Amino acid sequence: MATITDQTLMDKQPLIEFTDFTFQYFSQAEPTLYDINLNIYAGEKILIVGPSGSGKSTLGHCINGLIPFSYTGKITGSLKIKGEDTSQKNIFELSKSVGTVLQDSDGQFVGLTAGEDIAFALENDNVPLDQMHHQVRRVAEMVDMQSWLTSSPFELSGGQKQRTSLAGVMVNDVDILLFDEPLANLDPATGKTAIEIIDDIHRQSGKTILIIEHRLEDVLHRFVDRILVVREGRIIADMDAHALVSSDILIETGIREPLYVTALKYAGVKVTEEMQPGYITTLKAELSRDALLEWQKNIQPPDTKAVKPSILRMENVSFSYDGIIPILQNINFDIREGEMVSLVGKNGAGKSTLSKLLCGFEKNDTGTIYFRGKDIKDKSIKERAEIIGAVLQNPNQMISKPMIFDEIALGLRFRNVPEDEIEDRVEKVLKTCGLSPFRKWPISALSYGQKKRVTIASILVLGPQILILDEPTAGQDFRHYTDIMEFLVEINKTGVTIILITHDMHLMLEYTPRAIVLAGGRMIADTAASVVLTDQAVIEEANLKETSLFHLANMAGIPEGTHFVQGFIDYERRLKNR
Amino acid sequence: MNAKIKLFSYDKVDTPIHRLSGLTKLICFLFLTFAVMYSYDIRVILLVMVFSIIILKISKIQFSQIRLMVLYVLIFVLTNAIISFLFAPEMGVEIYGTRHPIMNLPGKYDLTQEQLLYSVTKLFKYASVIPLGIIFLLTTNPSEFASALNRVGVHYKASYAVSLTLRYFPDIQRDYHDISQAQQARGLELSRKAKLFDRVKNGLAIIIPLIFSSLDRIELISNAMDLRGFSKYKKRTWYTTRKLDRDDYLALLISALIFFGALSVSIFINGSRFYNPFI
Repeated sequence: MATITDQTLMDKQPLIEFTDFTFQYFSQAEPTLYDINLNIYAGEKILIVGPSGSGKSTLGHCINGLIPFSYTGKITGSLKIKGEDTSQKNIFELSKSVGTVLQDSDGQFVGLTAGEDIAFALENDNVPLDQMHHQVRRVAEMVDMQSWLTSSPFELSGGQKQRTSLAGVMVNDVDILLFDEPLANLDPATGKTAIEIIDDIHRQSGKTILIIEHRLEDVLHRFVDRILVVREGRIIADMDAHALVSSDILIETGIREPLYVTALKYAGVKVTEEMQPGYITTLKAELSRDALLEWQKNIQPPDTKAVKPSILRMENVSFSYDGIIPILQNINFDIREGEMVSLVGKNGAGKSTLSKLLCGFEKNDTGTIYFRGKDIKDKSIKERAEIIGAVLQNPNQMISKPMIFDEIALGLRFRNVPEDEIEDRVEKVLKTCGLSPFRKWPISALSYGQKKRVTIASILVLGPQILILDEPTAGQDFRHYTDIMEFLVEINKTGVTIILITHDMHLMLEYTPRAIVLAGGRMIADTAASVVLTDQAVIEEANLKETSLFHLANMAGIPEGTHFVQGFIDYERRLKNR
Repeated sequence: MNAKIKLFSYDKVDTPIHRLSGLTKLICFLFLTFAVMYSYDIRVILLVMVFSIIILKISKIQFSQIRLMVLYVLIFVLTNAIISFLFAPEMGVEIYGTRHPIMNLPGKYDLTQEQLLYSVTKLFKYASVIPLGIIFLLTTNPSEFASALNRVGVHYKASYAVSLTLRYFPDIQRDYHDISQAQQARGLELSRKAKLFDRVKNGLAIIIPLIFSSLDRIELISNAMDLRGFSKYKKRTWYTTRKLDRDDYLALLISALIFFGALSVSIFINGSRFYNPFI
């Protein structure tokens, strides 16, 4: 990685140049970006981090022209790209210099096949047919999609869709590639590959790369030149990874620091720039070996809890939609009362089908599902909802009433519960979910996290003893993630068993002692989260990624990495009193 | 669920019909449709119908794929025939100028040979358009369809809207499915057990979340399209455009012949749009 020295920077004209730049959306009372002064030079690779609402995406929109083209507002100061003021240019001219890959690789897939999607920009430029096909093939080879050109988005994996989107902006031969939260919808292994592809393109083409993302550790899988930290509309830090990770900025800003750094801090190690802590691969871990070993030795294992009775058991459950292709094969597990379990595996592994079987949306072909030892085969969807509640990923998919109270009461009203009883039960749930102050509010005034709470409340009001949540924290920054998860811990403490369908390895590690792993419709593991995240075979089959704690243990020469990871989990649980 | 998504959609199979370009198929479809729509000659209509059923066979479309569509169309066509008889039982007599009663029914509702011919002709007219439409929909890649529409003069924004609808239809359908299940779990009753008014009201519990989640989607798509220069120029090219080859010209020729044949039969043999065996 060639680091550009300050001297050469001085000589060169910046590619992107913000000068006293302030932006305020017309719909907002306050500016979203204040006094931005920033120079980005050709060939740099820059990571922009910041919590939700910090203005980091707005910064990206200013560069790619969505502001002011699609989102209008008041701009003061100037933004120059390639020396030209962007206020003189429209989004189409800018799209020749800046290629943007948006976070939802499925939603931005406008073509009916990968080839068409890659060609989209060329079509709009009236490129003749032969030349277009030639260019599409060439770019597809750069991202290794040449064998998938005729595939529809339904046949492609999340990673392939993202590579298609990337090719779709690279056909324009842009100077700047802007990635807006590229990791948001990808499983850990695909996310890791995405970061590698971005890095390879950076090294091969020398293009300027901007990555907007709050998942710092995942992006730092490969090197970046600089990291900008955005908070409350201002750039509060502009430094390299080592300096940032060893500072207090991450904690103050509410961005999750790399897990291995947390472990070092728990072990009482002062993390300094000299240790090169920016990337796990550069970290001088051997320096901290003694401290880590000492710390590990003193971790107390959790108190053994009495084994609770079984609440949900699957026995030899198999399912197929068409009777030919098996979706789930011979699934066996037993979940105990009050557990918090994660259900993991890549897209298409059968996770959502499993939850559909539990809710009764689909019927298992063979095998039995027991709730507290009783077969639930004959229970209708409506009856099952009173014992097993399912919460969809996107709260907008569940909310159908304008007012919070009515939304939560909906399930009870459908069941013709008397209105005064509804009042009582809704009040109680509002209190549990910390929504009492908002009870008279319209739902449209709530934030994403609050809407999520409303959807959970609207399921909890039916009194289920098991809650299944699909990716409850998808796309959330660290603060919101913690809010939602701590809320679920509270719910769990009231005695509700919780099953989390997730890709998030931090979530598994921090909140669910046990993980059930599906791959290709079969259950390949049902064990402690620390084992799943350190078992190479399981990791590979389920598209997971090894936790950096395991690397830390290996690099520091600590024997039994899995044991070390378990120690971290136990320590943290005690620390947070879970 | 997959079976449902596939219901009305293009299926990638390799047949001579699938290999034709979208533009060819659109023009052939228009030629043949105009032929049967113009002509009231049952002989011509039946010929076109037989022809389109043969094409249906060639393009390897399974009956199971089109069963639902055929059923809807049958219901529509039969209802249409009954209603037009109820409102205008003497339409055939007016058209053909003769009256050969078959059966005397109460009131003005006498069944005449003329009315019977007229009704049957009309029935086959609609019925013969259906296989054509099915062939066109199931054998044409939607993007090719969009590019073909653009090439016959429809503005590319409108053409692209067609392609986008087809692109996102399965997504919206899946959303609908998920939302509906989630709401049913909360106790929503969609079955016939509920009263009509309640069912309409309950439908809202699905439609509202569907609209809101679709709005998110639309914002994303339009940003993605803007960022890649959609609507920059007055024209655009299409990746899926195919050059016409010998088979395309052959298909165009055949359907043009059928169209002009149908026209000639009306003009030179029948002297009007109607075939009149009664004079």
